Amino acid sequence: MSEKLAMIVESGTTDKLMAASILTAGAAAMGKDVTVFLTFGGLMAFKKGYEQAPLVMPNEFKGMEGMLSQTMQAKHIPHWMKNFQDAREVGNVHFYACSATMDMFDLKKEDLEPIVEDVVGVAYFIKEAEGAQTLFI
Amino acid sequence: MVSPIQISKEIDARGSFCPGPLMELIRAVKAASVGDVIAVLSGDPGSIKDIPAWIAKANHEFLGMEDAGGEVKRFIVRKTH
Repeated sequence: MSEKLAMIVESGTTDKLMAASILTAGAAAMGKDVTVFLTFGGLMAFKKGYEQAPLVMPNEFKGMEGMLSQTMQAKHIPHWMKNFQDAREVGNVHFYACSATMDMFDLKKEDLEPIVEDVVGVAYFIKEAEGAQTLFI
Repeated sequence: MVSPIQISKEIDARGSFCPGPLMELIRAVKAASVGDVIAVLSGDPGSIKDIPAWIAKANHEFLGMEDAGGEVKRFIVRKTH
């Protein structure tokens, strides 16, 4: 069994961020080293002020935002960022920002949540992902 | 004759959503001393498989799971290292 999980988080919709964050937390709990490469929508979601960002659903779940937001409150479902933070607390988890996305949207490292360690290119991620189970979300 | 188990710490993770109860248990086990027995209450159905799987993976001792009312289970683990 591979002892590493590598994840490319491209989607910035809440459903996929939740899935990615729960997978990251579970993998970290089970002792896997996790590398998360944030690109495009996934990276935009890690901008400072994410707490105020509205819930975003993809087309197939359009219109469910209000219901989902209420359910999350009622069932105490944590914000996806909390799962990523918990993952980092219990395991060896690293978050990297895609340099091409940073460039495309004129983002600076300071614009991102401090959980994001560094800005890297795809080659660095590929090196880190060597021998890992890899997911694209 | 089995001597009764002394629970050092019990965590109430009933309001916690998957994978919250497991994460709370991991934190408590990390903070505990070797030999301590930790219990966690969880209403997350995923915990029934998740918590024993983590205990096995992390090489601690799973002492058991019991009903704690409704959907809630109490998981008991001894920190071994």
